[in-house]
Amino acid sequence: MNRIDKTFKDNKNILNVYLTAGYPNLNDTVEIVQELAKNGVDMVEIGMPFSDPLADGPTIQNSSQIAIKNGITLAIIFNQIQEIRKTVNIPIILMGYYNQILQFGSDAFFEKSKAVGVDGFIIPDLSLDIYEKEHQQKVEELELDMIFLITPQTSDQRIKLIDSKSSGFLYVVSSFAITGSKSSIHQSQIDYFKRINNLKLNNPKLIGFGISDKKTFDTACIHAEGAIIGSAFIKALQQSKNIKQTVKEFINSVKSGESSVTSTDNS
Amino acid sequence: MNFKVNEQGFYGDFGGAFIPEMLYHNVNELKENYLQIIESDDFQTEFKDLLKEYVGRPTPLYFAKRLSEKYNTNIFLKREDLNHTGAHKINNTIGQILLAKRMNKKRIIAETGAGQHGVATATVCALMNLECIIYMGEVDIKRQAPNVARMKMLGAEVRAATSGSKTLKDATNEAIRDWIANPVDTYYLIGSVVGPHPYPDMVARFQSIISEEMKSQLIEKTGRNYPDKVIACVGGGSNAAGAFYHYLDNDKVELIAVEADGLGVKTDKTAATTQVGSEGIIHGSKTLLMQNSEGQITEPHSISAGLDYPGVGPLHAHLFKSGRGSFIGATDKEALTAAYQLTKLEGIIPALESSHALAALNKIELKQTENIVINLSGRGDKDMETYIGEMSNL
Ligand SMILES: Cc1ncc(COP(=O)(O)O)c(C=O)c1O
Repeated sequence: MNRIDKTFKDNKNILNVYLTAGYPNLNDTVEIVQELAKNGVDMVEIGMPFSDPLADGPTIQNSSQIAIKNGITLAIIFNQIQEIRKTVNIPIILMGYYNQILQFGSDAFFEKSKAVGVDGFIIPDLSLDIYEKEHQQKVEELELDMIFLITPQTSDQRIKLIDSKSSGFLYVVSSFAITGSKSSIHQSQIDYFKRINNLKLNNPKLIGFGISDKKTFDTACIHAEGAIIGSAFIKALQQSKNIKQTVKEFINSVKSGESSVTSTDNS
Repeated sequence: MNFKVNEQGFYGDFGGAFIPEMLYHNVNELKENYLQIIESDDFQTEFKDLLKEYVGRPTPLYFAKRLSEKYNTNIFLKREDLNHTGAHKINNTIGQILLAKRMNKKRIIAETGAGQHGVATATVCALMNLECIIYMGEVDIKRQAPNVARMKMLGAEVRAATSGSKTLKDATNEAIRDWIANPVDTYYLIGSVVGPHPYPDMVARFQSIISEEMKSQLIEKTGRNYPDKVIACVGGGSNAAGAFYHYLDNDKVELIAVEADGLGVKTDKTAATTQVGSEGIIHGSKTLLMQNSEGQITEPHSISAGLDYPGVGPLHAHLFKSGRGSFIGATDKEALTAAYQLTKLEGIIPALESSHALAALNKIELKQTENIVINLSGRGDKDMETYIGEMSNL
């Protein structure tokens, strides 16, 4: 059983935290992930900064631009993950855009990912049919997970199709939105989560986009196996003077609601 | 060789729809419906009527006598600059707004570089009484001020794109993000033959009126329905796609695409995608684009905002790779020189974009017996500040 499957089997209310590699400083990635793991985060999603991230809101865009200026590259990210794997055993998911992977060479990218200890991928602009045609075999051969998104506009039929091609978990986009757009969860979203649950899918689900604090995290956990927090954490890092302390306070605030860190996420 | 899009939305190796799941429903809805709608009699009647009565088509195919004498050949200018709003862009916005209406969309968004597509979109939104939001790079807002004012007067909201290079690429990113956030009532009215399938094909069809008219006009003027060469500038490539469209399969016609070299292809201040770019994904399409070894899209440069884009549409990538099209470039300076020359010889002030196509006359072999069509994609009103500023440097 791979790390992602094991995490879903062993844990409840999965907290997956997104960070941008190379942000705020080029070499902060390793420490941030180590601290996230120490503070009980169940898995991490490491963003590979891209110049034109279509699905991301201003907060993550901005962090990506800074990381690129800091000099981040895929080679550096792989080194950082190798370093992280010396002490950290929670699942690591790479999130990025298809062009980066094409330029690296897709097979080389998946192989290198496997070698350094990556468990899965989220590539928003990789379509299901291209994945099937060109990459599914390789990804499955390496026993890696490809995680696809579903949205409020995805039809039941298509959700089932996506479920059948996905492994690891399904990324349930909470609303019509780019990352970091909303700060509360509305009834229409809850209806949508219920609709998904009624489909009895094979994969577990994590809810993402607009999850920013204890309240939204708890709501998400009622309707799915857990949730993904991105922009709110990047905002905390923006103001951080001390990574250890920022991570600790942020995760505490999400898990117990106790912290001085404000984690509203209206970008 | 096939130059029409295939079932999967590809031109050879290029095209397709590389989009986040958030856009799947909308793009798929468009893909399923666009052909049926735009090929219907009802649509075609309304489209052709508006092009005639509102846009002022057909545009003249003007024999440029003095320019022809200068180059010792026969040069015709396809006068897209005489369209309502001053460029070819309105051919496409008329088509897409009629489509948006038939799809019951209430809110129109668009990106713009030079502001020509923004103005053409704001215009048709005023005409159809639809809400209009235009994304424009902060840099372009400064260098195309008259068009920003026009869009506002037409009732559009102009939103500044402040990310990345703050030009056309970033305005396009922002428009796509808006569409992701507002998928139900919003129609994304793309301004060139770029973006995910079916946009490149759809925009090319709407612009194909350019070469459709050329055919009958050439018969009248030369006795033959095709020229020896068609020359057009390429930003995303919509005016070129329209000017080439009905000649794609006619090998007797040389198709010459002119990109913006900026300060030169050997510098890093260029927008000559086919010369310095490589294959990859931009704005949902597999095509040629300017990028570094990490796949980060690089910032283009051109004096002309409409050509300041780090990609070309997938049709053009295919024309380039297959050799069907000849791709050449003109620098900022060469375009300016060509603009002043046309103005003096013919009394026509061209858009800076179109000036790149005119500059090609100095770079290609021309025969006395040949008929050349240059697609004069737009007029120079929006560029007067640049032209006046550069006049002292001549
Ligand atoms: C007059 C004119 N010509 C050409 C272009 C470039 O666009 P395309 O390559 O799609 O024709 C523009 C874009 O703004 C324009 O305004």
